[in-house]
Amino acid sequence: MNMTAIPYWLLQVLLIPALSPFFIGVTRTIKARFQNRHGASVFQPYRDFWKLFHKDEIISEDASWIFRVAPYLIFAVTLVIGASIPLVSTALSNTLTGDLLVVVYLIALGTFFLALAGIDTGGAFGGFGSSREMMVAALTEGGLVLSLLTLALISRSANLAAISANIDSLSFTSFTPIILAFISFSIALLAETCRYPFDNPATHLELTMIHEAMILEYSGKRLALMEWASANKYLIFIALGANLFFPRGIADSLDFVPVMLALLLLAGKSLLFCAAIAVIESSIAKLRIFRLPDLLFTSFVISVIAIGLVN
Amino acid sequence: MDFLSSAGVFDAMLAVFAAGAFGALLFRHHDTAANLWSNSLAIVGSATGLIFSGVALFNGTVTAFGADSTLPLLSFSIRIDQLSAFFMLVISLVAIFCSVYALDYVRHYYGKYSIGVLGFFYNVFIVSMILVVTAHNALFFLIAWEVMALASYFLVIYERRESTSIRAGSLYFIMTHAGTAFIIIAFLLMYRTTGSFDFGEIRDGIAAASPLVKNAIFISALIGFGVKAGVIPLHIWLPSAHPAAPSHVSALMSGVMIKTGIYMMVRIYLDILPGTYLWWGLALLIIGAISSLLGVLYALSEHDLKRLLAYHSIENIGIILLGLGSALVFSSYSVTTLAALGLAAALFHTMNHATFKALLFLGAGSVIGATHTRNIEKYGGLIKMMPQTALFFLIGSMAISALPPLNGFFSEWLTFQALFQGIVGFDVITKIIFILAIGSLAFTGGLAAACFVKAFGITFLARPRSDQAAQASETNVLPRLAMAGLALLIIGLGLFSGMVLGTLTKVTASMTNLHGVQAADVAQFESVSIQNGFGETSMPALFIGIIAASVAVTVVVAVLTRKRRTETGPTWDCGSDLTPRMEITATGFSRSLITISRGVLRPSSETEIEYHDANRYFPKIGTVTMGLHDIYQTYIYKPLRDLTTLLAAQFTKVQSGNINVYILYIFLTLIGLLFFMDLQS
Repeated sequence: MNMTAIPYWLLQVLLIPALSPFFIGVTRTIKARFQNRHGASVFQPYRDFWKLFHKDEIISEDASWIFRVAPYLIFAVTLVIGASIPLVSTALSNTLTGDLLVVVYLIALGTFFLALAGIDTGGAFGGFGSSREMMVAALTEGGLVLSLLTLALISRSANLAAISANIDSLSFTSFTPIILAFISFSIALLAETCRYPFDNPATHLELTMIHEAMILEYSGKRLALMEWASANKYLIFIALGANLFFPRGIADSLDFVPVMLALLLLAGKSLLFCAAIAVIESSIAKLRIFRLPDLLFTSFVISVIAIGLVN
Repeated sequence: MDFLSSAGVFDAMLAVFAAGAFGALLFRHHDTAANLWSNSLAIVGSATGLIFSGVALFNGTVTAFGADSTLPLLSFSIRIDQLSAFFMLVISLVAIFCSVYALDYVRHYYGKYSIGVLGFFYNVFIVSMILVVTAHNALFFLIAWEVMALASYFLVIYERRESTSIRAGSLYFIMTHAGTAFIIIAFLLMYRTTGSFDFGEIRDGIAAASPLVKNAIFISALIGFGVKAGVIPLHIWLPSAHPAAPSHVSALMSGVMIKTGIYMMVRIYLDILPGTYLWWGLALLIIGAISSLLGVLYALSEHDLKRLLAYHSIENIGIILLGLGSALVFSSYSVTTLAALGLAAALFHTMNHATFKALLFLGAGSVIGATHTRNIEKYGGLIKMMPQTALFFLIGSMAISALPPLNGFFSEWLTFQALFQGIVGFDVITKIIFILAIGSLAFTGGLAAACFVKAFGITFLARPRSDQAAQASETNVLPRLAMAGLALLIIGLGLFSGMVLGTLTKVTASMTNLHGVQAADVAQFESVSIQNGFGETSMPALFIGIIAASVAVTVVVAVLTRKRRTETGPTWDCGSDLTPRMEITATGFSRSLITISRGVLRPSSETEIEYHDANRYFPKIGTVTMGLHDIYQTYIYKPLRDLTTLLAAQFTKVQSGNINVYILYIFLTLIGLLFFMDLQS
């Protein structure tokens, strides 16, 4: 690795945690407009995290070290994933941890500790949140792996940066499986990032919550880390959706101008994703929990069809 | 170094185990002496086996020796090639840790059951497993196989005053012998073509067999060894037999004994009859997909900790079969690099499952020893009473859930990569089956994680749910030492997966048709790359990445919030009194997943309510009984049993009890045989 690449690698590692609160803020603002509210500033999540980091913390006396360690580990895992996926340039191809399965199972690692932390305090909410989270996560995995695999088979590589580069160079002839895989991936995106119709990121009503139920006992810095990690995961999925399925504009070198253009394009694409998610969240109702598997199996079946179309 | 893998060392190992077994019987009136003698010698014997097989594996030496017997066709012939050495290594490795654990664990049985008998069968069990994977003569193999079955049977019924143990043992006894019958058929078919029971001669001559015979060998070996491996629907003995045995024996049975079935499948399908028919591999893929998915679903519905682990063995055997099945498919297409990749994935997962399943069973043994119950609903909060056991169990849980950076992730990654390769470039049936196998593996991974969040969370986290759990205490030093060793092994196998894979390629390269084939390339940072970089990953990079990021986050946050205080307080629960009944139960945790998969699992639920009044408005006591319908019993085994009983009833008519009639039978048989001989010549 040459020395000139180091600033770009720093950009790659820090991009996700730096921008993720912004995109959460954008999504919330768009949703607020749909509800005829003015809504908070798009930078409100930064202020929230800053506030939480400056607060004292209360930890349940029943909690073990799992509860204390989990926020750090979960946040760290999102950093590793953020560094492993294609963001601005396919030249930052990470062959060590950039495999699609590595990313999928790193996400599972975060979910595993999140669910354990939910059980750890012994409250009634945390346990049910964990149970629902693991149910959704387990059923999402099939659709997620197979939708990414469709791209891997088209581009003859399971490395995400290589997928991004290869899909970029494709003609429109192989469009159908990519679109099908994208539909399947979108369903997995909504499920994994705790969005409608799977979860309601805005409530603390016990009937509807999954993610919020698990982190109910957190406060102060650990709550900030948990919320921030969740924001990171949101942006990671959006970036995967943007750069794997619609990679047009991603840089293939480490020159300053193309990378900056790619950065702007990524921001633009991510804003479109946020808008789309906000529209979905504002226009449909949350599904009953036992309806969710139908949607997740639909995601699985669509990606099976997508793979069937790949030669 | 070569002398370490010579016949003398192997004989010395046999002698140590024999001394351990018979010495234990001599000391049977003295519990402590019997325990120390049998388990120490088991450690020495396993360590000798470990050194022997390790040297054989790394040096690539093939050792063959034996003695002829006075019986025709039977010879005590031993041959340790790379495949045998690999399985022997796994068996010895796990046996060492289990024996260290046993030194302390069997003290539970002092004064209750005979320690000498336990030590005898324990040593016999280990040595018979080693003989099973090293025997080179089919008849000698069958003897070792039978000794292994009987020794494990007696270990299953060791707690003989428990009626469940006896029932579990009987079921195991019947199933394993039904399996052996099919194995005998497979060997006889081989003998019919080649005229020999020697595996080497069978391999050289089996090509002459007709397609019908080859397919018959495949099917009978699949049933026979499938019973031992515990593939669905032949698994019914496994979830009851493994938990019934003492925990260190459960660890060996689940960790390595079922792998002897896998060993023989590899031996027959890839060494003796390589690349024969496409449908063999596809059949293994389908069986593997079903076993892995159903195994984990049944595990989710269990709330007996050891039965839960036993069902996970079925799941992992399924995953191994997915790797093996892909190897068979690629081998029939003569794509040797991919065949080697699939086999390497299967072998890697075999070894990984042996380590983490042994660790989990030992951890479960410690938990059961501390709480005196196997019911997961009675645990809770044990992480505070048993912090080290909890840490080891967590490592095992993460490994079995295939979470990076531990070893379980790497072998599942390899299996996935092998399956990915089957989608493009082969015919459409192959493609469909590979896609479904990938889907089932993906769902299995997610469900296994869910199941181990339940198993670890309900057992170790939150508050104790019973007095037994509240009064539990940490286990002694030796069991913790054994678990720590296995936990380190799990981390090491993950961290050095590139090196391990390098050794495994020696094993795959020793298979017929795969000579000199390289399954994967290992580059800088132990980065493993397959199919010219289609898939590439580096476990050390993952490991260091996660650790470095965690440390960085911790340091930054600690600096940022150095002036903030952290207090402890009670969990918030809407102002109600916090009792253990507020916590989620194991049944509740998995209920939603069971409800979703009710089509396959067929859950049953009976509600009984007693009312205060005749109008049935005010309930007094309510009981809900939840379980699963045993579809295998209803649709497969009960009809089979009824048929057997019916046939047996017909045969009783032959038995008149009159001695003259029996002499007539003998006479008629002799006449018949004479005519038969005449026809033959």
